[in-house]
Amino acid sequence: MAKVIVVTSGKGGVGKTTTTATLGAALAQTGQNVAVVDFDVGLRNLDLMMGAERRVVYDLINVINGSAKLPQALIRDKRLETLHLLPASQTRDKSALTEKGVARVMKELEEQFDWIICDSPAGIERGAILAMRHADIAVIVTNPEISSVRDSDRIIGMLDAKTQKAEDGGDIEKHLLISRYDPARSARNEMLSIDDVLDILSVPLIGVIPESEEVLRASNLGSPVTMSNPDSAPARAYFDAARRLTGESVPMSIPEERRNLFGKLFGRRAA
Amino acid sequence: MNFFGLFRKPASAPVARERLQILLAHERTLTGRPDLIALLHDEIVTAISRHVTLDPDAIKVTTNRGKTLSTLKVDIEIPHLGKISAVAAE
Repeated sequence: MAKVIVVTSGKGGVGKTTTTATLGAALAQTGQNVAVVDFDVGLRNLDLMMGAERRVVYDLINVINGSAKLPQALIRDKRLETLHLLPASQTRDKSALTEKGVARVMKELEEQFDWIICDSPAGIERGAILAMRHADIAVIVTNPEISSVRDSDRIIGMLDAKTQKAEDGGDIEKHLLISRYDPARSARNEMLSIDDVLDILSVPLIGVIPESEEVLRASNLGSPVTMSNPDSAPARAYFDAARRLTGESVPMSIPEERRNLFGKLFGRRAA
Repeated sequence: MNFFGLFRKPASAPVARERLQILLAHERTLTGRPDLIALLHDEIVTAISRHVTLDPDAIKVTTNRGKTLSTLKVDIEIPHLGKISAVAAE
């Protein structure tokens, strides 16, 4: 049975697209068939994160309006044959996404893949609602920062009201992914702690991604961090989160500050 | 605690936490996100309407949200009691 995941947040710039690409890669690296779908019509970026920007010919809107078939628009990853991308249109506007069209494409994707991961646009409008519409599971990406937590709270409310699953009287499975976590700043009480965010949002935690230059490097290379540097701390956190999505129980490891004696004396990060 | 910690500005995370808690308590009532009180209200009404046909106008709900204690008062007029057992037996 295919599982549909929406990666959402409300706020922009928190790491939705990075998370979509990396969770998609991490699941595909275990041999499962994965499609990542970009819903950010007009501002697509998932193609860049996947290193496939020069291979886009047809997109989601072409498939919706019938000018291309789904297999023509799907781009198979060059490194991982189980990973596929359905890009968004860069030139069309959001109104080209229709409720019926999205439903048809999702159904077709569900026949072919084990996992369909939808990258939601920021905001709480049409595009974001259509991205979450058919989801079984929501991954809410939050930074330990006041505006991001507020917007996540709003999105959680929408997941409980606007998804097909909620309308049918069911419960959409929700998981919180905290990204850009800086253990040193959190230890100094300068950043909301993991517990603060969990207390406020009361959604179970699926992973904590530490702030890391490896994530930036991965986006520069167009290769999700689980592929570009599988042993790095953010890659391990994403691998664990992917395993938790499949129902495995993996002990949660919260990134810790690494300080030597110098660091302890002067209270700065010395790693 | 370290030596330079003594001269540092007071931590800002607890302020952020408190501001968020107050703000979200307010916003959740505005956007109608079902919290515990709203959920209890729904389930009480559903449970009773399984046995009695309820007139929506005959239900009066008052909630009171306090800092440490919230209350929910549900007043329901039940038409005629004779019917309860008949419906419940179905």
